[in-house]
Amino acid sequence: MRIHRNVLLFAGMFGLLAIVGFGQSWSVALTIFNLCLISSVMALGVNIQWGYAGLFNVGIMGFAALGGVAAVLVSKPPVTEAWSAGAAGIGLAIISLGVTIAATIYARRKLTGRRRSLVSFAIIVAGFFITRGIFDPSVSAIEAIEPAKTGYLGGLGLPVIVSWAVGGLFAAGAAWLVGKIALGLRSDYLAIATLGISEIIIAVLKNEDWLTRGVKNVAGLDRPVPREIELQNTDWFISLADTLGTNVISFSSIFVKLSYSVLFAVVLLAIMWLSEKALKSPWGRMMRAIRDNRDAAEAMGKDVTRRHLQVFILGSAVVGIAGAMLTTLDGQFTPGTYNPLRYTFLIWVMVIVGGSGNNWGSVLGGFLIWFVWIEAEPVGAWLMDVVTSGMSEGNGLRDHLLKSAPHMRLMVMGMILLLVLRFSPRGLIPEKGGR
Amino acid sequence: MTDILNALILFANFVLVPATAYGAQLALGALGVTLVFGILRFSNFAHGDTMAFGTMVTILVTWWFQSMGVSIHPLPTALLALPFGILATVGMLLATDRLVYRFYRKVKAAPIVFVMSSVGVMFVMNGIVRFIIGPDDQRFADGERFIIKARDFKAATGMAEGLTIKVSQALTLGIAVIVVIALFWFLQRTRTGKSMRAFSDNEDLALLSGISPERVVMITWIIAAALATIAGTLYGLDKSFKPFTYFQLLLPIFAAAIVGGIGNPLGAIAGGFVVAFSEVTITYAYKKFLRYLLPENLEPDSLVQLLSTDYKFAVSFVILVMVLLIRPTGIFKGKVL
Amino acid sequence: MSFLSGENMTGGYGAADILHDCTIAVEKGEIAVIVGPNGAGKSTAMKAVFGMLSIHTGRVVLDGTDISGLSPQDRVKAGMGFVPQTNNVFTSLTVQENLEMGAYIRTDDFSETMERVFELFPILKEKRNQQAGELSGGQRQQVAVGRALMTQPKVLMLDEPTAGVSPIVMDELFDNIIEVAKTGIAILMVEQNARQALNIADKGYVLVQGRNRFTDTGEALLANPEVRKSFLGG
Ligand SMILES: Nc1ncnc2c1ncn2[C@@H]1O[C@H](COP(=O)(O)OP(=O)(O)O)[C@@H](O)[C@H]1O
Ligand SMILES: [Mg+2]
Repeated sequence: MRIHRNVLLFAGMFGLLAIVGFGQSWSVALTIFNLCLISSVMALGVNIQWGYAGLFNVGIMGFAALGGVAAVLVSKPPVTEAWSAGAAGIGLAIISLGVTIAATIYARRKLTGRRRSLVSFAIIVAGFFITRGIFDPSVSAIEAIEPAKTGYLGGLGLPVIVSWAVGGLFAAGAAWLVGKIALGLRSDYLAIATLGISEIIIAVLKNEDWLTRGVKNVAGLDRPVPREIELQNTDWFISLADTLGTNVISFSSIFVKLSYSVLFAVVLLAIMWLSEKALKSPWGRMMRAIRDNRDAAEAMGKDVTRRHLQVFILGSAVVGIAGAMLTTLDGQFTPGTYNPLRYTFLIWVMVIVGGSGNNWGSVLGGFLIWFVWIEAEPVGAWLMDVVTSGMSEGNGLRDHLLKSAPHMRLMVMGMILLLVLRFSPRGLIPEKGGR
Repeated sequence: MTDILNALILFANFVLVPATAYGAQLALGALGVTLVFGILRFSNFAHGDTMAFGTMVTILVTWWFQSMGVSIHPLPTALLALPFGILATVGMLLATDRLVYRFYRKVKAAPIVFVMSSVGVMFVMNGIVRFIIGPDDQRFADGERFIIKARDFKAATGMAEGLTIKVSQALTLGIAVIVVIALFWFLQRTRTGKSMRAFSDNEDLALLSGISPERVVMITWIIAAALATIAGTLYGLDKSFKPFTYFQLLLPIFAAAIVGGIGNPLGAIAGGFVVAFSEVTITYAYKKFLRYLLPENLEPDSLVQLLSTDYKFAVSFVILVMVLLIRPTGIFKGKVL
Repeated sequence: MSFLSGENMTGGYGAADILHDCTIAVEKGEIAVIVGPNGAGKSTAMKAVFGMLSIHTGRVVLDGTDISGLSPQDRVKAGMGFVPQTNNVFTSLTVQENLEMGAYIRTDDFSETMERVFELFPILKEKRNQQAGELSGGQRQQVAVGRALMTQPKVLMLDEPTAGVSPIVMDELFDNIIEVAKTGIAILMVEQNARQALNIADKGYVLVQGRNRFTDTGEALLANPEVRKSFLGG
């Protein structure tokens, strides 16, 4: 019965996409579909944290951005002059930073009382200045090299698809750091700490030009699929288009989008399969037992904080993978476009609406909410047109309403979250067995 | 000697005075967060946007007053509009409590559910603010701008460096002092204030004493609304009003509340100043300051800025992290975890 | 008809019942004591009488009126006072503020009641401006009892008021409680120190697994060999 309902829900979702395909264009439908796939992966990552363990991550944006960084650092060709100008300095600065941290930890372990505070403070101050002393000149050297075109170290020049895994690793590293600090304390603190780290990640990406060119953006990323223009000049493709009886140019665009879809779908299915397996394994059962009754689990000798750290890292890694996929699809890395609404909040709406704790629910939520998000824009504008149709051209209120229409989406998404949380907290596809 | 004096004036002008004003603004914000935490027991992510909402209403009323020629020169008209902003925000918060949080109190939902719904509220409020006043910078300060102008200061003292004190900075400090005194008087001396402390201390026993939780919660929201609107308006007068900035203020405000000991009003005030002074001293460029103090051959040629201002939120975060690692209950023992 | 009685109470915190057909009653000016092994449901019975958990069978009657439907707050207004077993003072409030909060529902002048409490517990007057959290265990219990007395209750319910205090302080507290009872207040009390408690009790209840096992006068229970053997350590 339930299976039946879920199949219908997904069928309905594809029906919506088909309507866009027939009504607007297949190219638009595929663009939405691709972002639906990526959204679903992100939602899956968040569901691993929230649905399996009840961890509230308000910094999804930061982890997604780290995936984007990976796309740049993996796929861009190295800027050799920049490397020779400053890479050694940067490396040395990183080592110096590591030494400072290690020395501080060592001092804190060995000393006690006032001595401990004083010595650690001295180490931190000295370490800071030494690190900065090495770091700053190297950064200037790197950023001085053709700032309009490069001005950064570049990457490894590997295929961009490698970055999907690397993005996961980056996000996992950041998650480890945040989790170490904030897990095991009040549940609010993880939320606050993730909010903080994500704001800082974005600030770093906007300002550290030597790393990813900051707000100057990195464009022209490597692509995992052929370019339209190449296809249009390839014999087999032209003949394929001929046999299908379509226009080569529009078919090339659709073909490229479809190729992305296949790649994303493979990732989604793989992560989905792993998540489901994990959820049904003894590990998954234990996670849910901890979530539902932490005290009892603790009394049974389970190391709750450790398990939480595990699940937090895993979920963040999945978000990082999705972040790298997104940047790959965009073909460029633009730190200025990361905002918490699109990258944190929207994902939360997906998870809650889909059904927290249920992986299929998250996937459906990812599809549905992305679709609504995209289609709400024209609908909102149209709505405002209707509302203001009675007003005269120069009416101030009319202009204001028309201009403010985009902000309606924010409100609507907030409302949806609050309403679902309140009236249907189990979402569209509830967790099996329930809480 | 004059060099040392000049250095001190420079430091006061760019660090002491602005950080004091900023600290007072953060303290007021953190007080709101800490009160809500003490009574409702969750971190209110909507507080930054509550500040934005209250400030927005204040700005709209200010503009209306200005258009009618109402003014309290040399003070900014916004002070006159402030009570209206507070009233609207009180209404807003009581409505959200009624529509959102009350239900979760009734079913005794887990704290994290409150946090999550406060994030939902945050986005709705954010949407309302952007919808009404737009996402851009708004200026609404009028009246006299300076108490002491750098030029006059130089002329009067004959020093090379000038000291500027803006009306908004003095107002911030003055109003913050009045508000804090009033708040502490209320909490320490009145029956309702004591009942709020009792409720925060031991909810079950408060119920057994006949203290009505709904009343305590209502008063908490009213105070939080007033604090948020005042903090937001003062911040807006001192700097400028932009919805996104207010959302970003959430981090230093949380840091301030947690550093001081969350749930502890005294801690919130101390925390506000700790965060503000750390932020300003760490992001200040000491080049000119050192040039006064150091012999010529030692003068720095870089900016001598510990951290670029783009990273000012990182300062709050680092403070937050240090507190969580070293003393999670904060300076003044807040709520246990 | 007793002044306060919980009659045939059956219920618990969730699915499983803790209390089974349990009956407890007390008269004005009398002391009733509930004893029994750990986990017997003594605290649960107290909470049931005070309306802090739902009973699905039975009722609670105060002075002839059925109060089963009242919330704890309304029972406070109806003249009942309760000192819970744990967390029974506001630790961050001063002693005096604790007493004021006890009188929260009163709209009349309660300074006289506070004086009475200070007479009963002179040490509290001395420490009136200290935070309750800084006091010793026995003093805290005095604050807790004092807080409950501030509403001038007709019934005072105490859950293990002597838990964790020294024997000397315990005797003192029992003396205080007798004094309170003499003013005409009905006292319903749970006690671990069964022997001493039954000594001052007019009526005693032995609870086992949520059921009434023995009910008699304090004296008779102390004399009952079976009670002595199983519950008073011989
Ligand atoms: N808040 C609660 N929720 C669920 N069960 C409880 C709760 N408090 C006590 N219990 C259970 O009720 C039973 C009786 O407890 P209690 O009344 O505290 O015993 P006593 O006070 O006689 O030592 C015990 O089995 C205990 O585990
Ligand atoms: Mg007990």
